[in-house]
Amino acid sequence: MAERVIGKVGRVVGPVVEAREVAGVEMLEMVFVGDERLVGEVVRIRNDAAWIQVYEDTTGLRPGTPVYGKGEPLSVELGPGLIGGIYDGVQRPLDVLRAQSGDFISKGIHVTALDRERRWEFEPVAEAGSEVFPGQIIGHVRETELIEHRIMVPPRMGGTLVDIAPPGEYVLEDVIGHLKGDGGERELKLYQKWPVRVGRPYKTRRPHTVPLITGQRVLDTLFPVARGGVVVVPGGFGTGKTMVQHALAKWCDADLVVYIGCGERGNEMTEVLLDFPKLIDPRTGRYLMERTILIANTSNMPVAAREASIYTGITLAEYYRDMGYHVAVMADSTSRWAEALRELSGRLEEMPADEGFPAYLPTRLAEFYERAGSVEALSGADGSITTIGAVSPPGGDFSEPVTQHTKRFVRAFWALDKQLANARHYPSVSWLASYSEYTDDVTEWWDETTKGEWKDLRSSIISIMQREARLERVVKLVGADVLPDSQRLILETAKIFKNAFLQQNAFDEVDAFCVAEKQYRMLKIIVRFYDLALEAIKKGGTLVGVKKLGVMRDIMQMKFEYANEDAGKLEELEKKLEESINEFGSIFG
Amino acid sequence: MSLEASSDRPRRRDLLDQREYVGIEEISGPIVALRGIHDVGYNELVEVIDGTGRVRLGMTLEVSSGAAVVQVFEGTSGLKLGSTRVRFRGEPLRMAVSPEVLGRVFDGLGRPIDGGPDPIGEPSDVNGLPINPTAREYPRQFIQTGISAIDGMNTLVRGQKLPIFSGSGLPHMQLVAQVSRQARIVSEDSGFAVVFAGMGIKHDEAMYYIRNFEESGAMERAAVFLSLADAPSVERLITPRVALTVAEYLATEMGMHVLVIMTDMTNYCEALREISTEREEIPSRKGYPGYLYSDLASLYERSGIIKDRPGSITQMPVLTMPNDDISHPVPDLSGFITEGQIVLERDLSQRGIYPPIAGLPSLSRLMTDGIGEGMTREDHAHLASQLFAAYAHVKDIRALASVIGEEELAPVDHTYLKFGDVFENDFLSQSFDENRSIEQTLDLGWKAVSVLPREELHRITEEELKKYYRK
Ligand SMILES: Nc1ncnc2c1ncn2[C@@H]1O[C@H](COP(=O)(O)OP(=O)(O)O)[C@@H](O)[C@H]1O
Ligand SMILES: [Mg+2]
Repeated sequence: MAERVIGKVGRVVGPVVEAREVAGVEMLEMVFVGDERLVGEVVRIRNDAAWIQVYEDTTGLRPGTPVYGKGEPLSVELGPGLIGGIYDGVQRPLDVLRAQSGDFISKGIHVTALDRERRWEFEPVAEAGSEVFPGQIIGHVRETELIEHRIMVPPRMGGTLVDIAPPGEYVLEDVIGHLKGDGGERELKLYQKWPVRVGRPYKTRRPHTVPLITGQRVLDTLFPVARGGVVVVPGGFGTGKTMVQHALAKWCDADLVVYIGCGERGNEMTEVLLDFPKLIDPRTGRYLMERTILIANTSNMPVAAREASIYTGITLAEYYRDMGYHVAVMADSTSRWAEALRELSGRLEEMPADEGFPAYLPTRLAEFYERAGSVEALSGADGSITTIGAVSPPGGDFSEPVTQHTKRFVRAFWALDKQLANARHYPSVSWLASYSEYTDDVTEWWDETTKGEWKDLRSSIISIMQREARLERVVKLVGADVLPDSQRLILETAKIFKNAFLQQNAFDEVDAFCVAEKQYRMLKIIVRFYDLALEAIKKGGTLVGVKKLGVMRDIMQMKFEYANEDAGKLEELEKKLEESINEFGSIFG
Repeated sequence: MSLEASSDRPRRRDLLDQREYVGIEEISGPIVALRGIHDVGYNELVEVIDGTGRVRLGMTLEVSSGAAVVQVFEGTSGLKLGSTRVRFRGEPLRMAVSPEVLGRVFDGLGRPIDGGPDPIGEPSDVNGLPINPTAREYPRQFIQTGISAIDGMNTLVRGQKLPIFSGSGLPHMQLVAQVSRQARIVSEDSGFAVVFAGMGIKHDEAMYYIRNFEESGAMERAAVFLSLADAPSVERLITPRVALTVAEYLATEMGMHVLVIMTDMTNYCEALREISTEREEIPSRKGYPGYLYSDLASLYERSGIIKDRPGSITQMPVLTMPNDDISHPVPDLSGFITEGQIVLERDLSQRGIYPPIAGLPSLSRLMTDGIGEGMTREDHAHLASQLFAAYAHVKDIRALASVIGEEELAPVDHTYLKFGDVFENDFLSQSFDENRSIEQTLDLGWKAVSVLPREELHRITEEELKKYYRK
């Protein structure tokens, strides 16, 4: 269907426009509204009226002006050139917008998401005349040093590959092949389009087995997430949601990161734009920007585009998943998305449910999180999407609707705690309120990596932290002085674990992220400390004596003193610990 | 500068826009509804003329074929259905900006109230436009305010939006005055131009600020916008926008570093709630509209630095937390948008400590990039982190002491109590006109942590300890 006039503007209330005298429009069709041709999407049709959510500021829009239908749903462009880009919620490249309209975002500007001029080196891998199936990889383009872009037959298409272009340089609009199928002959290009609100199809779902290593000890060790998993990070303002998301975007071991800044601060996106092109991915030695796509629809940008931004982001992620990549998606913050939904729903005069949110909030949340997962793609490759959504509960109160509904659809919960943040204990992930249901899924992987020790070490430290929580309640009433040394050792070990292990300063050069081996060795040292010290105390040593040992300062500083490359050397520290405590204990026989 | 209320300059506007309609259909609070008009634009300027010929300004909140809903900034009192006349201006609310705004005082809609002439200048849309995130320069230039609690622990940087969360009766006025008087970039030794937006504040409070600007000589580089408590509340919705439009002009066109003070944001939010309630919109928390977050963001995000432009906008909004409750929607949503918050605490204030800046809930999110070697001092980050951690422990110990008695505390906890006293009395407290250098502030911080035994200082490196501990 081509572009045509489908009606005219009847009523304007903020970002919602009611079109009148409408004919032949489709639900979720993309439209252009008014003389300035503001981009919008049809969200309701009733008789000859259609309701449109508009992705740009509607100031100055007048009743009576035309509405044009584009003849297709709101879609994104998928092809080489996405990586390293920064887009708004409806995939307009912000750098191109800036070149066209200056430092401030004005409206009614129409640009393509992908660069039409750039030439890409294409390498075909399919034969002309062969039968190809939907999703099949038919060629390659080197998109960045890190990512080989696999050109695929679009989903739902298949048939005979009539011809395919020889190796060479092509621009996106060049036809690189023809496909003959049930629907006739179709041109293939280096890019395809996909409607954002529809998940891209895959063959089957796969079980979760491999952790997504985040480099944050509290997460990997206590509340791991599997590749393909879904996590929510709730926390009041200033508790560290964005820092967690940024840390993951920087250091997690995904092949590709899609970072969605959804209704948050402009400067936070600027920070990513500034840092990522300079930061080196420790696993690959390449710049982080070479594996990152940014979606930025900040709090002051149009609210309807904010609603669309998370779909835009996840669709890009699915596309790379289909090529066989492990993608991590960060959405900061899904609460702002939900609020956008609420505002649009209010303007549409729908019946509200909890706190003004529409009744379909949980359905929409479920749909979004369902698009994560570990799959066998149509191409046959294994790929995954891990989704980490931040939630910003009003007043930091987790009983509010967005947190509560999200909890139903995710399997890991990284609760950020105001008290910890106030004491500048970062990341302020509460070890009492958080959980992960992926622990069992990833235990085998960890045990293989740590000679079978991880599971037991982890249970030991968890048990210590639980006993500490109980003891703390006693201490709050009577003070720690009355406890026997064996119990104060629990408090002491917990203190070491919190300070030396759980806390991780995102700004520290050495400790900003921590490889799996270092995590395991540090954990082992702390658990060993507890066991050895307990023995010494049982023999008659005092905790005060243990605390005076020189090795204690080494333990407190180990996260800074041992770089990730030197994680193996922590074995020496473990030996030193054994020796010092044994020596200390031997005095008492 | 005034709102472009006169129609003497040529403007793109079709004949329809010059029509004047007599009679309105409905008046409800600050909102009027009209029917039988031409198709007017959304969010555009409206002139509502009462029986006496007085022109009031308003804006369309909703438009449909032949009808519009208009909010009247100057209130609807005295309007009659039959005799009220209405003109649509066919453009958004705009304001003339020029360097002449400096040294002047205006009302909440940007009209001079100091007896001076209307400054003439280029009209700009008061709503502004979102800054493209790719055009922003990341703020990292340390501003020395001379106040230890801010410089040492919640450092302000140029281009930041750092609000003050206050409570009724707490000394935010003094603090804001002190900051605007003392704030400077040390290496440049230059001060700031000040744009002040007063919303729903009392006459005395406004006079206090103006007097302060005058006494410190800041007035000639200040523009003051006042929508006082007795002005119609809807007017407050415009005041910060007018002020920010001026600030943007001074920063982007004149290359000035501007400090924008907006007080009291709680009054602003209440005006927004009033309109929303009047329109029978579905409320979210405490009756505030669901779009309060986006609306506040449209103000707070108008700060920062733009690449390759010399100026900057630093915002210091002030709000009072109803009932000192930081989880109230106004502070809560503000905190989600601004780059930190300076929280004032009643308990400290009652103990006679000025400035009563709460040690724990206060935060500057942009601190890390603005401090350290070459900017403040190499030990700054670790010292600040240690002060926070130790003070958090003090709070726990004090709570414990109140249960078991101070005598029962472990010896190390006694040193924490002592640390707490030194921290509050020597580091935090200072007088209203005491302007401390960053070195003085950091040294006072060391004085406090030096009360604690060395083994307790986990956040400070060995090297830093050697250099500063108990020196
Ligand atoms: N891991 C961390 N290391 C150091 N500082 C942190 C860390 N996490 C959070 N912070 C501090 O907390 C502040 C607020 O964190 P942020 O992620 O912006 O909070 P939120 O997004 O929850 O509002 C940051 O500006 C930073 O100063
Ligand atoms: Mg955040």
